[in-house]
Order: sequence, then C-alpha cells, then structure tokens
Amino acid sequence: MTERPSSCIIQPPLLVATGIVRRFGRTLALRGVSLNIMPCECVALLGPNGAGKTTLVRVLATALQPSAGALTIGGVDALRDAARARPLVGAVGHETHLYQDLTARENLRFYGRLYGVRGLEDRVSTVLKESDIAAVADRPVRTLSRGMQQRVALGRAILHEPMLLLLDEPETGLDDTAQRRLARMLEDWTDRGRAVVLTSHRLEWTRRLADRAIVLREGQIVAHIDRSDLEPDIVAAAYSGALSSAG
Amino acid sequence: MQDSNTNSGQGLRTADGADPSVLVFGRQVYAVLAKDLLLEVRTKDALTAMLVFSLLALVTFNFALDLRPEVMSAVGPGVLWVALVFGSTLGLARTFAAERDHGTLEGLLMAPLDRSALYLAKLLANLIIISAAATVSVPAFAVLFDVAVDIPAVLGTLLLGAVGVAAVGTLFSAMASHTRAREVMLPILLFPILVPILIGVVQATGLALGSPTARDMPWLSLLVAFDGIYVAVGALVFDFVLQE
Repeated sequence: MTERPSSCIIQPPLLVATGIVRRFGRTLALRGVSLNIMPCECVALLGPNGAGKTTLVRVLATALQPSAGALTIGGVDALRDAARARPLVGAVGHETHLYQDLTARENLRFYGRLYGVRGLEDRVSTVLKESDIAAVADRPVRTLSRGMQQRVALGRAILHEPMLLLLDEPETGLDDTAQRRLARMLEDWTDRGRAVVLTSHRLEWTRRLADRAIVLREGQIVAHIDRSDLEPDIVAAAYSGALSSAG
Repeated sequence: MQDSNTNSGQGLRTADGADPSVLVFGRQVYAVLAKDLLLEVRTKDALTAMLVFSLLALVTFNFALDLRPEVMSAVGPGVLWVALVFGSTLGLARTFAAERDHGTLEGLLMAPLDRSALYLAKLLANLIIISAAATVSVPAFAVLFDVAVDIPAVLGTLLLGAVGVAAVGTLFSAMASHTRAREVMLPILLFPILVPILIGVVQATGLALGSPTARDMPWLSLLVAFDGIYVAVGALVFDFVLQE
C-alpha cells in the first residue's frame, strides 16, 4: 500500500456512527457501536460469524434503520435525511442486488437512472470495461457465473462514484486475477480521497488492503488493530475476547 | 460533500444546479416502471398467473352456475369481478416477493429512490398487467356467458376498479413480503379492504350491463373517491411499510 496523498491529511470524518443499536425482536445484533471512517482510508470489519458485521454494514448503507444511535455520512444526517446521504454510499452485500433476467448492462443502466448518473451510457461502458465484464455485458445475469455476477455487483456499487464503499465479503466468488484487480481498484479508490469499509474472513487479503481493522464480537467493538498488527494470533485473541485493544 | 457524477441530468435545473424534485421523481417512477415491465415481458410470470386463474375461474363458474339470461345480468358482474380480483392477487403477490427473494429490494432501498416513487411505479406496473389480463378476461366472460358487453361503458369501470385493486394490492404486497406465509397473508389483508371497491365496481358494471338489480347511484364517483384515498394513503405510508 502506497503513502496517502497530502489531500487526505486533516479532513473531517466521512462517516461518523455513534452508539448504533439494532434489535431483531429480542435479539440484540448491535450493542452501541461507534466508529469514524476518514477519507482515504480502508477499514476492515472483522469478527466471528454472528458478530454483527453484516448488520452493521446494512445500517451504514442505510438499508436498515438502527433501533438507536446516530449516523452521519459526508456531513449529512443519514437517519433523518437518508435520501441525501445515499448517493454518497455504494454497497455490495451478500446478495448481488442484480435482476437475474436483465443483462449486466441493463442492470447498470437501471441503477444508474436511480442514482441520476450523468452521461449514463458512457459511464456504464466505462464501468463494464473497468470491471472486465464488457464481453458478457449483454447476457442475462442469470447465465453468468457467481464470480462474474460479483463483478457486475461491484460495478453497480461504483457506478455513481460514491465517496464511501461498503463491501461485505467482496471477494466472494472472485478468482485470483479478479481479486487482484479488485484490490488495485480499492487502493486507487482510497488514493482519490474516498473511503472503503469491508468485511472479510481472509486475513491475508484484508492485511494487504486495510489501513486498520475493527473487530466486532457479539455486536460490540472489542478491538482496534493497526495494519502492522494484523497477525493471525492477534486477530484470534480479539475474536475470543482475550484482546481488548491493540495497535 | 456532493458526488460529482450524480443528479445532474439534462434539462431544467434549480438555482443550485440540481434537478427539480418533480423531474427526479418522474425519472425514478419511469426507471422502476420500465424495469418492471421489461422483466414482465421477458418472464410473463404475473400476467400468465393472473390470466390463467381468471379464465379458469370463469370457466368453472360457467359450469357450476346455471345462469339464465334474466339472472345473468344480476349475477354476471359479481362473477366477472371475483375472477378478476382473485386472479390479480396471484400477480400482486409477486410485486415485492420477487424483489425480496432475489435480494434486489435492498438494492432499491439503498438507492436515493423516493419511496412514493417506488410505490407509484409498482402500482402502475400492476395496473398495466391487471388491465392486460382484463382485456382478455372480459371478452372471454362475454363469450362464455353470452352477454352483450358494451365495451366503452365497461372500460371506465374496469379501469377504476383496477386502480383500486392495484393501489391496495401494491401496498399490502410490500407488507406481506415481510412475512413467511405471504401467499396466505396477502388475500387476508387485501380482501376486507377491497370491499368498498368491489361493491362499487360490481354495481357500476351491473349498470353498464343493464342489470335490473343494480342500484342507480354515482358508483363511478364513489370509485374515484376510494381510488384517490387508497393511492394517497399508500404513497404516504409506504416508507414505513418497507422498514424491517
């Protein structure tokens, strides 16, 4: 990972989440999560299964309303004025959010219209090329492999050039070449003053990309780990609760 | 911190360079409506289900009921609308169930899409599909029951009835899609609320068919009023309905 450009220094946080609580019935999925995401940084959310990573990503993406807490994205109160905050965020979840009976190009065109993307046809062509899916752009999504669908999903997330990318296990289904391409794209993304939050269970991949990691356990942040300390034994200690803070 | 590549579009602009909200709203309704109709043209899921059920119901009624001509004009409108509404329920159930099953609903919810625009687009898509099913079912009804249907007179009634069914059905389809037993839940929620529309539309169709039992009241005005109420309430509460 290269040094950050000077434009990244001394900027207000891109995302501020304070005391986020989310209940599903009697289950408390998030228990007062607070975090800041700065421009130009890539932050990994780590944690064992059921730690609340996906729920947190969905709340940050404004797909899920928190039961309590505050969320500001780009200076906009994302809970009270979600319509203004949403164009600032692009997200890829466990689902691809793609229409299986539309082609890759039609999917991107549809989402581009929802986001009011300027010069839509050119932008769609650019994204198809950058995501290396131009050759299959006019095939229905259901005929594409999981990896190809994931590339289309990533293209959908970056189509409107959001300031913040939220990626829930984005490497799912991608082969080694596509993972390297994604890693380069994310590095370029943060170098341009934007931010990335990603979840992953692949520590090597995370260590290559993330500036720091936040470890969740049972809906709470249990550790902050710098990239230099992202070692298996430290992460395992954080997962088990033996580590309260590091880095 | 405004995104450089969004919301600039073409044409009219406000003083700060943004598109007027009514243009954005219209563009969003068009985008969702065009997508839904394109998907329906490709899959024909909703139309096929509605059409097959409505025609089967009409054929079954034709065999089950011995409708003499003098009885036909009194009972016929009810037979027609039972077939249309029950058939419509099958298509309405797919409105949000398909979006939820394929994980695309979350994609819509994360987009800067006005919830009222989403509701209106889904309502229009349902209205078009119900109307398409009705254009086949009504002539089939006329042939099966040997009724002379005055098409222009029935057309307005059909449209007003279809608006009411689509308005309530779209709203409850979103509510039912949260539940596990959504195929059962939708009719349970839908039919009681549709009673005023059904009374109005059956009576208005009866008048159009010359039924002696149809009461001469301003049914069309009643239908317009109920349609207006249902569409307005649906657009207002849709945001709450979509929240998990």
